[in-house]
Amino acid sequence: MNRFDYVRAGSVAEAVAAHGAGAAYLASGTNLLDLMKGGVTRPERLVDISRISGLDAVETLPDGGVRIGALARNATLAHDPAFAKAYPAVAEALLSGASAQLRNAATTAGNVLQRTRCQYFYDTASACNKRQPGAGCGARGGATRTHAILGWSEACIATHPSDFCVPLAALDAIVEIEGPAGRREIPLADFHRLPGDAPERETELAPGELIVAVRLPPDAKKFAAHSRYLKVRERTSYAFALVSAAVGLTLEGNRIGQARIALGSVALKPWRAREAESLLADQVPSPELFAKAADAALAGATPSGDNAAKIELARRIVVRALTLAQAGTPARVPALPASPFAAAPSGARP
Amino acid sequence: MSERMRHGASIGQPLTRRDGPAKVTGAARYSADFHPAGMLHAVMAVSAIARGRVVHLDVAAAEAHPGVVAVMTPENAPTLAKSPDEKDNPFAFRLDLLQNSGVRYANQPIGVVIADTLEAATEGAALLSPRYEAEAPGVELGGGEIFVPDSVGAGTPTEQGAGDIEAGFASAATRMEATYETAAQYHNALEPHTSVAQWDGDRLTLHTPTQALWIAKGRLAGLFGIPEGNVHIVSHYLGGGFGSKGFISSPQILGIMAARLVGRPVKLVTRREQMFGPVGHRASTRQTLKLGAKADGTLTALDHHTLTLTSRHDDFVEACGLIARHLYASEAISTTHAVSRADIGTPIFMRAPGEAPGSVAVESALDELALALDMDPLDLRLKNYAEVEPITHRPFSSKALRECYAQGAERFGWGKRPKQPRQMRDEDGLLVGWGMGTATYPAGMMQGEARATIRADGTALVETAAQDMGQGAWTVLAQIAADGLGLDGDRVELRIGDSDLPNGGLAGGSTGTATSGSAVHAATQAALAQLEDLAVNDRASPLYGAGNAGTVAENGRLARRDDPTRSESFSEILARAGKDSVEAKGTGAGEPASRKTYAMHAHGAVYAEVKVDPDLGQIRVTRLVGAFAAGRIVNPRLVRSQYYGGMIWGVSLALHEHAVLDTRSGRVMNPNLAEYHVPVNADVPSLEAILVEEHDPHVNPLGIKGVGEIGITGTAGAIANAVWHATGTRVRDFPITLDKLLG
Repeated sequence: MNRFDYVRAGSVAEAVAAHGAGAAYLASGTNLLDLMKGGVTRPERLVDISRISGLDAVETLPDGGVRIGALARNATLAHDPAFAKAYPAVAEALLSGASAQLRNAATTAGNVLQRTRCQYFYDTASACNKRQPGAGCGARGGATRTHAILGWSEACIATHPSDFCVPLAALDAIVEIEGPAGRREIPLADFHRLPGDAPERETELAPGELIVAVRLPPDAKKFAAHSRYLKVRERTSYAFALVSAAVGLTLEGNRIGQARIALGSVALKPWRAREAESLLADQVPSPELFAKAADAALAGATPSGDNAAKIELARRIVVRALTLAQAGTPARVPALPASPFAAAPSGARP
Repeated sequence: MSERMRHGASIGQPLTRRDGPAKVTGAARYSADFHPAGMLHAVMAVSAIARGRVVHLDVAAAEAHPGVVAVMTPENAPTLAKSPDEKDNPFAFRLDLLQNSGVRYANQPIGVVIADTLEAATEGAALLSPRYEAEAPGVELGGGEIFVPDSVGAGTPTEQGAGDIEAGFASAATRMEATYETAAQYHNALEPHTSVAQWDGDRLTLHTPTQALWIAKGRLAGLFGIPEGNVHIVSHYLGGGFGSKGFISSPQILGIMAARLVGRPVKLVTRREQMFGPVGHRASTRQTLKLGAKADGTLTALDHHTLTLTSRHDDFVEACGLIARHLYASEAISTTHAVSRADIGTPIFMRAPGEAPGSVAVESALDELALALDMDPLDLRLKNYAEVEPITHRPFSSKALRECYAQGAERFGWGKRPKQPRQMRDEDGLLVGWGMGTATYPAGMMQGEARATIRADGTALVETAAQDMGQGAWTVLAQIAADGLGLDGDRVELRIGDSDLPNGGLAGGSTGTATSGSAVHAATQAALAQLEDLAVNDRASPLYGAGNAGTVAENGRLARRDDPTRSESFSEILARAGKDSVEAKGTGAGEPASRKTYAMHAHGAVYAEVKVDPDLGQIRVTRLVGAFAAGRIVNPRLVRSQYYGGMIWGVSLALHEHAVLDTRSGRVMNPNLAEYHVPVNADVPSLEAILVEEHDPHVNPLGIKGVGEIGITGTAGAIANAVWHATGTRVRDFPITLDKLLG
């Protein structure tokens, strides 16, 4: 890899001050170091934030929400019983990601900021507008079985691979940021950018800005009883999603109160399906209704290559996630988290 | 509880690995763990294009990088005594050793940067920023001119058959024809190809993982123009080989050349993504099966045609058709192969070469025929059970396949299988399917030698240049030696994995234990014979005059065969003779007459259960039961591990492994273990291997057949058949992925 300066920051202020052109923040490096070893990114300076004390705290807020420190480990969060009880879909998503070793190291902010797994982004011999603006998209017309079906552009057909971000988007999570211009907040659903004609700009972060926490608002908890994250993948563990869905419902009598739906690995951001949510609000749940919602969620989907199957798969995972969420959140996260195979309450399947 | 290897009873004991503690504690040193004083690090630069030539490398930029010591390119690469393209024999595969600027496949080595640190060498290699004159590559199966190769696999005939195939189809009541495709696979041993090379004048010391020390020694001596005795290769442990370390590869040799260029020891470790090209792979295949059968299921015709790929510059042909030559009785059999060339690295032997993809097609086709005949798939296989080898009509040296079918079926519960698909669901509504397949692999032997030394202190030393790539040679050869010598295992010192030792054959083709084990056994018998000579001719020995009766070795003593009370310890015999030791060599090789008379194969039956999500198409194997018969089992624990490993490869072939090729560039786009999927533990929840008893008096004196590869065969087909049985959808394009089931 390239030679670089290494700066260890003792506080957020120090970190922000040490950042500059060509710099990158380093937490546990589960993604960044891989990219550097492959020459995909070549930062001139790494600002190590991993020793900043207090940044890994998970705290319940006075309003009933929860604030997850940027450095809270994926495994710590997923195995926190109170957190998993309140936000079961988030825990399920976390446990379905990567491997146990990676989850022990990977951080909250690092997960949100992980780069696409598009093979043409990783392969430095291929053209990629993300790596080199204006170079073209090598993936277009190439091997595209796993690429985007929503929100893509001619400039980029990559997807955002995070599991964690999918329920976060569904639950209206908020990203807390500090930077040279001070403190600000962005809803997670608006944090990642669609590619448009500038796929190199992946998030709304301005240069030097640092995620310090991710917050779940008080009302995210109300979906706890009817919440699922489901992930379709081709092997049982250590595989990125082909498609995934996070769903939360509130049930009032025989009707749905509110619904939340987000899809993963279908676009360059976690894909919130607000029209589908509206269709479900205040309706009596039924297979037909769920199918209608799924159609609405995928209404704008088009293949970006050899990936038309993903559209149908995404439709079906939405129906399945709604069906399982209606039946109720399982008492405990199953042995195979997020698996459509995992035990469901009886009657949840045909 | 501690385990002891007991004299006379070691073979057959499920001992744990002798090298286990060293591996668990990190004391076992793999090739890359050796760091000779003054060692430098080398990193390869590889080609981004698949066809053309390199027109510029920015050597100055690489040399200017701090820590870089030298840059090796075709301009300054050491000259070789022999062209790496010269083929002295069909298995001297052409190498890419910076002798010119040509590019024949993506990821071909085009330069090597040598530096003080791995990091500096890595960055130096990146700074070479190659420019190319690129030509459009052709990489698709059947994309180029199709030709019939001279031979396939390890030099076997391209075409072989028996009977009149057209007449066979004409007389058939039921016919089926289908085409099956299998994907390109890359070996991806956890340990990449590595060299730690050190020159002392014209003498080379090399730490490198190899499955064939003596073949590597010969190749290196030829390339560098030095005597074989000047090449010393150490390969105590391999982190997997699977065929890709059978023949020394370009990256390993480039490490040696780099050491020669800089005059210092050099370590070169192939990067994971660089393993997708220069170190071999299993080529993709397209196989057409045509079967004809009478109404009762008797095969009248079995026609197996394979189209596969080889590189544009060399020949290796995946011999899918072999399996149909040995497995099922049919009035007429035809097996043929054709090849097209592509701008890819030369394919090479990969665990069950030919048989693995061949088996998945044959077993799928039989399942399709069973449906057409409305027969149980197991009954169809029993109906066509080959009592003699189908084409040659030779008897089998042993064949307990019927027992394999029966024991596996019993354990699995096959008898309860409904004939029609989509009949079974689990409590969660998932589709459940059962399938089966026959496993088979030849019981081959190479030639190997071993040396046994019996020492005056009552211990023994047994030496052979065998290789342990994880299969357990360190353990089973010690067991064979202990039994052969009549000593406790802890009194036997074993040395393997070193090219200075007698040629131990290769760890490949499921021949390793049969070959080196036979050599070890022969050496122990020869050493004991010397000891016996000393004793029976010595008037002071209680064994004096026992020459005609003969002696047996037990518990460190020689005893008269006809009177075990008259005995003497090894130490006493040697002490009186005034000798420190006796030493003898032994050879292990197939006996030509019996190899001509008998067909020699291991067999097995594999039963699979899968569950498939009816809406999402997600497939998981939930249960695998294999029953295998492979002659004498030296160590049931290690043999089970081999079967498990093979069966997991079967899962991988059926459902996972797939090198994703961008046909425009000729590049593999998933060259990492995150996206080149092999099964994880959670993908194989229930795995059983039954060891079926089989005695083979012909295969070799110990009665050993190989077990390293057979587990893949049968398994992948059983899984494919189970997927059909669960869903009613027949997928003929492997791996079977969920998009193929969405419908």
